[in-house]
Amino acid sequence: MNIDKNKLNWIYKKLFTIRFFEERIKKIAKEKSVPGYLHTCIGSEAICVGVMSALSDDDWISSTYRNHGHAIAKNCELKQITSEIYGRSTGICKGRGGSMHISDFDKGMLGSFGIVAAGPPVVLGAALQEKINGGTKMSATFFGDGAIHNGAFHEAAGLAKLWDIPMLFVCENNGYAEATATDWHLNTKELKDIAKAYDMISYQGDGNNVFEVHQITRDAIIESKAKNTPIFLEFKNYRFSGQYEGDTQLYQPLEEIEEAKKNDPIKKSIEMASEYNFSSDEIKKIQTDALNEVNEAFDFAETQPWPNPEDALEEVYVNYPKELLR
Amino acid sequence: MRELTVKEAINEALVESFENDKNVILMGEDIAGGKGRENYPGTQDSWGGPFGVTQGLLTKFGPERVRDTTITEAGFFGAAVGAAMTGLRPIVELMYVDFAGVCFDQLMNQAAKMRYMFGGKQSVPMVVRTVVGAGFRAGSEHSQTLYSLYAHIPGLKVVAPYDAFDAKGLLLSAIKDDDPVIFMEHKRLYMTKCDVPEDMKPIPLGKGRIRRPGKDVTIIAIQRMNLFAEEAAQKISEENIDCEIIDPRTYSPLDEELIFESVRKTGRVIVIDESNPKCSLASEITSLISEKCFNDLKTAVIKITAPHTPIPFSPPMEDFYIPSTKKIIEAIKKVHNA
Repeated sequence: MNIDKNKLNWIYKKLFTIRFFEERIKKIAKEKSVPGYLHTCIGSEAICVGVMSALSDDDWISSTYRNHGHAIAKNCELKQITSEIYGRSTGICKGRGGSMHISDFDKGMLGSFGIVAAGPPVVLGAALQEKINGGTKMSATFFGDGAIHNGAFHEAAGLAKLWDIPMLFVCENNGYAEATATDWHLNTKELKDIAKAYDMISYQGDGNNVFEVHQITRDAIIESKAKNTPIFLEFKNYRFSGQYEGDTQLYQPLEEIEEAKKNDPIKKSIEMASEYNFSSDEIKKIQTDALNEVNEAFDFAETQPWPNPEDALEEVYVNYPKELLR
Repeated sequence: MRELTVKEAINEALVESFENDKNVILMGEDIAGGKGRENYPGTQDSWGGPFGVTQGLLTKFGPERVRDTTITEAGFFGAAVGAAMTGLRPIVELMYVDFAGVCFDQLMNQAAKMRYMFGGKQSVPMVVRTVVGAGFRAGSEHSQTLYSLYAHIPGLKVVAPYDAFDAKGLLLSAIKDDDPVIFMEHKRLYMTKCDVPEDMKPIPLGKGRIRRPGKDVTIIAIQRMNLFAEEAAQKISEENIDCEIIDPRTYSPLDEELIFESVRKTGRVIVIDESNPKCSLASEITSLISEKCFNDLKTAVIKITAPHTPIPFSPPMEDFYIPSTKKIIEAIKKVHNA
């Protein structure tokens, strides 16, 4: 596959950054040193990075409560992401969102939603805007296997096809809808077959192989724009973390987790590095840089100021009498 | 007497209702929770919802009556309406009240109006159990209360218990009730304990409770706000101000008479609601008092609510958002000295 060296460097850097970041999040979750719910994406790195490496910086995406990897891969500032998780005033959402809502509009993120399947209709709207205004930005909505039963997903999929909207429905099939395995909740043998109901083109790929994710997404973007049509992508991977940090994960047996580790996306990427002319020293250097950046981001966040309590009253509306908010 | 947490009390009420009526079923997302894959089954019934409230029901009553659903609130809420109309008594769990938007039509337009709109021949005996409340650092989409959204709608009943005693007694009634009932459980109260008798009787819907008798100031406190009201009343008693705390417990129907009796006695009133202020339970209760007890009031009613903002994540801002004991004490002094 033809990927230039800069992009390859970027891909490896992002993969490692996300993994180190989430490992650190798991640690602080155990220490209970940050407030609120935390949902980590260990096992999703190749999907986050593979899709984003095929998109342009200013393309539109939406994410979910499991958003750290998407935000990092969409080039959101690592320090701001971390500061947000710590609830500090310099956070990416000024402390108002928290871990479940990490999102930077300036980086093309339309939102990270706490409601399952809230994203697809919103991204459909952005894609519609591009179509109406003759824009060239691509639009991609990320969601999990649990979201594909939800009405909001289906309504967005139906409209996107009916209106010939170029966009990507990116389903991260990590095997679990919250605490329920896909074996128990899918109606179709293959998840991607849900797209058939809308006569929508769909592709399936190995979500643990960043280069496969990259290529499928790159091709899908070209096809979607050329044919003026939405495309459904299913990437299969494994959710190593629980639904949230603190989940007992009793429904995920240890044997299954051990089995899945054989296909760990980070491990797989390192194994493939030589195919892309990376020496093991180069890989180690990228890992070190990524780890340093993650550590710096956490050091930064821990020392950032808290918001003022009254900041809660800011930016509820564009225009509204402030005295009426109390 | 034995102590139970709110969580245990709710679980007990569910178990007893299941045992007493074979038509009671439960549907919700991961209410049993934990189904591993076919080749690696994992431990079933390991969740009981994100707060573990329904844990054990699947094991006791089986998958026919205790149904884990997909993430499809509109689907299983609507199914509960139809099942209720035709003979079952479904309990559905809305994992967080914030997810109401996804399935509100089935409640607002279908469950609530069936009886009225179609000539009174059928009823919809279903219960929606849902988790509400701020103070969990759970951000804007997992922390709301939205009491008034439901109380506004004719045809729905709304219950929001404070302690384990009320939670058990009111849930037993809600499940037996022939109308759709929204039963709101506060996430910050699940682990709080109080005495709950072994032979707990159902508590009728629409009956409030005087949590603390007093003669000087009436405090009407909604759900978790009873905690802060109690703290404030205790503290201010040192200054010889004697507060009466009313916990309405159910908001539709509302025990108006219990509130009015207290207001007639004290003439000084505070209403505390952790919801957003506009068109809230606090504004409803305040307006009822001004309509029905205008001549008994010695000073204007004070409402203590959250501001008109979404719920911020960061602790200093969220703490600012939630009514505080300090604000209540200030309000008590203000109405008392007026």
